[in-house]
Amino acid sequence: MKKALLAGAAMLASVVSVTAHAERDYISIVGSSTVYPFSTVVAERFGKATNFRTPKVESTGSGGGLKLFCSGVGDATPDITNSSRAIKSSEIELCAKNGVTEIVEVMVGYDGIVFANTAAAPHMELTRKDIFLALAKMVPAKDGSDTLVENPYKTWKDVNPALPAKKIEVLGPPPTSGTRDAFVELAMEGGCKAFPFIKAMKDSDKNKYKAVCHGLREDGAYVEAGENDNLIVQKLVANPDAFGIFGFSFLEQNADKVQGSTVDGKLPTFDAISDGSYPVSRSLFFYVKKAHVGVIPGIEEYLAEFTSERAMGEDGYLADKGMIPMTDEERVRVLKTVKNLTPLAAK
Amino acid sequence: MTNTSLSTREKVEKSMVRRRAAEKRFRTYGMASVLFGLLCLVGLFGDIINKGASAFRQTVIQTEILIDADFLGINKKADDQEIRNADFEGLIKQHFKAMVQPQGRGERRQLYSMISAGAAWQLQEAVIADPSLLGKKLSVNLIADDDVDQWFKHDRGTELHNNRMSETQVKWLEQWIDQDMLKTQFNTLFFVNGDSREPELAGIRGAITGTFLTLLVTFLLSFPIGVAAAIYLEEFAPRNKITEFVEININNLAAVPSITFGLLGLAIFINIFGVARSTPLVGGLVLTLMTLPTIIISGRAAIKAVPPSIREAAFGLGASKMQVVFHHVLPLALPGMLTGTIIGMAQALGETAPLLMIGMVAFVVDVPGFINDPSTVLPVQIFLWSDSPERAFMERTSGAIMVLLGFLVTMNTAAVMLRRRLERRW
Repeated sequence: MKKALLAGAAMLASVVSVTAHAERDYISIVGSSTVYPFSTVVAERFGKATNFRTPKVESTGSGGGLKLFCSGVGDATPDITNSSRAIKSSEIELCAKNGVTEIVEVMVGYDGIVFANTAAAPHMELTRKDIFLALAKMVPAKDGSDTLVENPYKTWKDVNPALPAKKIEVLGPPPTSGTRDAFVELAMEGGCKAFPFIKAMKDSDKNKYKAVCHGLREDGAYVEAGENDNLIVQKLVANPDAFGIFGFSFLEQNADKVQGSTVDGKLPTFDAISDGSYPVSRSLFFYVKKAHVGVIPGIEEYLAEFTSERAMGEDGYLADKGMIPMTDEERVRVLKTVKNLTPLAAK
Repeated sequence: MTNTSLSTREKVEKSMVRRRAAEKRFRTYGMASVLFGLLCLVGLFGDIINKGASAFRQTVIQTEILIDADFLGINKKADDQEIRNADFEGLIKQHFKAMVQPQGRGERRQLYSMISAGAAWQLQEAVIADPSLLGKKLSVNLIADDDVDQWFKHDRGTELHNNRMSETQVKWLEQWIDQDMLKTQFNTLFFVNGDSREPELAGIRGAITGTFLTLLVTFLLSFPIGVAAAIYLEEFAPRNKITEFVEININNLAAVPSITFGLLGLAIFINIFGVARSTPLVGGLVLTLMTLPTIIISGRAAIKAVPPSIREAAFGLGASKMQVVFHHVLPLALPGMLTGTIIGMAQALGETAPLLMIGMVAFVVDVPGFINDPSTVLPVQIFLWSDSPERAFMERTSGAIMVLLGFLVTMNTAAVMLRRRLERRW
């Protein structure tokens, strides 16, 4: 017993020292939880169809992923990071500081953010202005003057007389989520800009403009429901008055339980998101560390699989999983970037 | 005198009713709280079993398919790689196309989407195992897609207008049911596959192997270190300010939130020592930090419980301190230490928070072979599935919870049994 334990400890010690320097022979992917469902499908197919090992995909969030990605070059750092937003210039700088100079940006498609309630309740037709007025912390005063007041609206009818007199109750993601970032940027800011005096603020006082347009109310009308979108769907079914904010793929998978509200007259459908007419949609990306291509086996082949017609194409398997494919023109551009591994030009 | 004693007796008798009532009340409260606890447990288990039981059945399509050697372009002498490259998916598509004759491209796509991507691998494996099947008709149970699976197990016959299944698809499915082709069978894949993004192919073997390897590392490190620390602190260490300080800190550590150990692990093991992320090795190291206090505390309690007479008798016979401890005290204290270790390991088994930090929350398809392969563990697998959009993952989540609970109950029962069998009373 004692000898066995000693032997075990010795073995462990040797393994620790070996693994610390071992070459990684699988691709390591980190990043956005929105891109995760798509990235994992590609990884799995890639692993089954080739002789390479299946890549490891971690769901760390876009910001967390880029931080890891930019932490340096070498097999202890990830090769690819998924992101539900474009890389920021501060992140490019961080990367450069740590020796990650050549980053290849690959756009993979679009994702819509839906505003939904249970299918058992009446369907809602909203505008981005309604969404802003219902959810912002500070809203323009009712008297029409150019002043901001704490959000006084309690029901949807208060916001817009055409809407039902139901209490405003919205379940959405917490601040750490990329979905939340995209929602405030696209839906809230979109509605916010409808007020000329706030729009004018953008030039005069950018920080205030951002605080007004991106600030969600904290008096209980907006409930942070965690990153788990399935949970939001379940809560919506249980509470017919509540609305939820989540990604399009969850709407598609639960189409019998929840319905997406129209935003600015557009229903969140596959086609409306893909042609850009649905206003709350964003692009999804992943970033590749060029220095790792050729060092870690399989990166080029993984890129080829991801950008292939059967994955990314209009009828590809990623579309089956809920990703909105790009137009053919955009795909040709992406394919060219991937083929030449063209790094991002410094911003 | 008699007067006062009588009055005391009267007083006692008077208060008796109140005291009995108080006792009865307390018993009722006690019983009510036990009952409440039990009800919660039954409710929780009932809900999980209710949701998860269907995860152990998988819908299959029973059909007789011709393994057309010409279509596949291989012959009986083909090697494994050639068979792997053959287009079994096309073969299956062709088979079903001939059977139901879909009209147009849209219907064809709908038809193909009803059969799992795993069906082609099923045929492929069968042919690799027995190349003589080529050119013959083979009766197989092909795995159905998760949407078909959910429809057949839950939605069929309900009023729910499920948008995942079109009317045409439902028509085909009803036909297949009439021909007795659609049935459920035990979901073996759930136990032999690693993770997958296709719910019908996703299994827990990768997570279970990862859990096993992680716990192995945890055990190999924490048991010897914990036992050594307990023996030293209890038997050899001088009683002074420093050991007191150490003691207080060990007790504190046992109550530290587990995510803190994850942060520590990230900073030390990964960033300083460069241990690979997402491996059972680094997971085990972090969980060792977490379980050590539990093992040390229970180990010390077990040593304390050995009566002094044993030590004194050994000393009396001329044994050295070392001999007393290792020949007499330790064997008697070991059952108690093992119990503490098992409970600590059971705790580690259910832990996700510290693993979040060290990259074990990851999608890993390949079943890990050794402690330096990327892997995940059962509770993390549950967390990942619960966050997946596909509805079929919901029952798999509950199924995996049932397996995890099974492990926990087994480990805790083992701890109780061990204590019962080996514990000595003085």
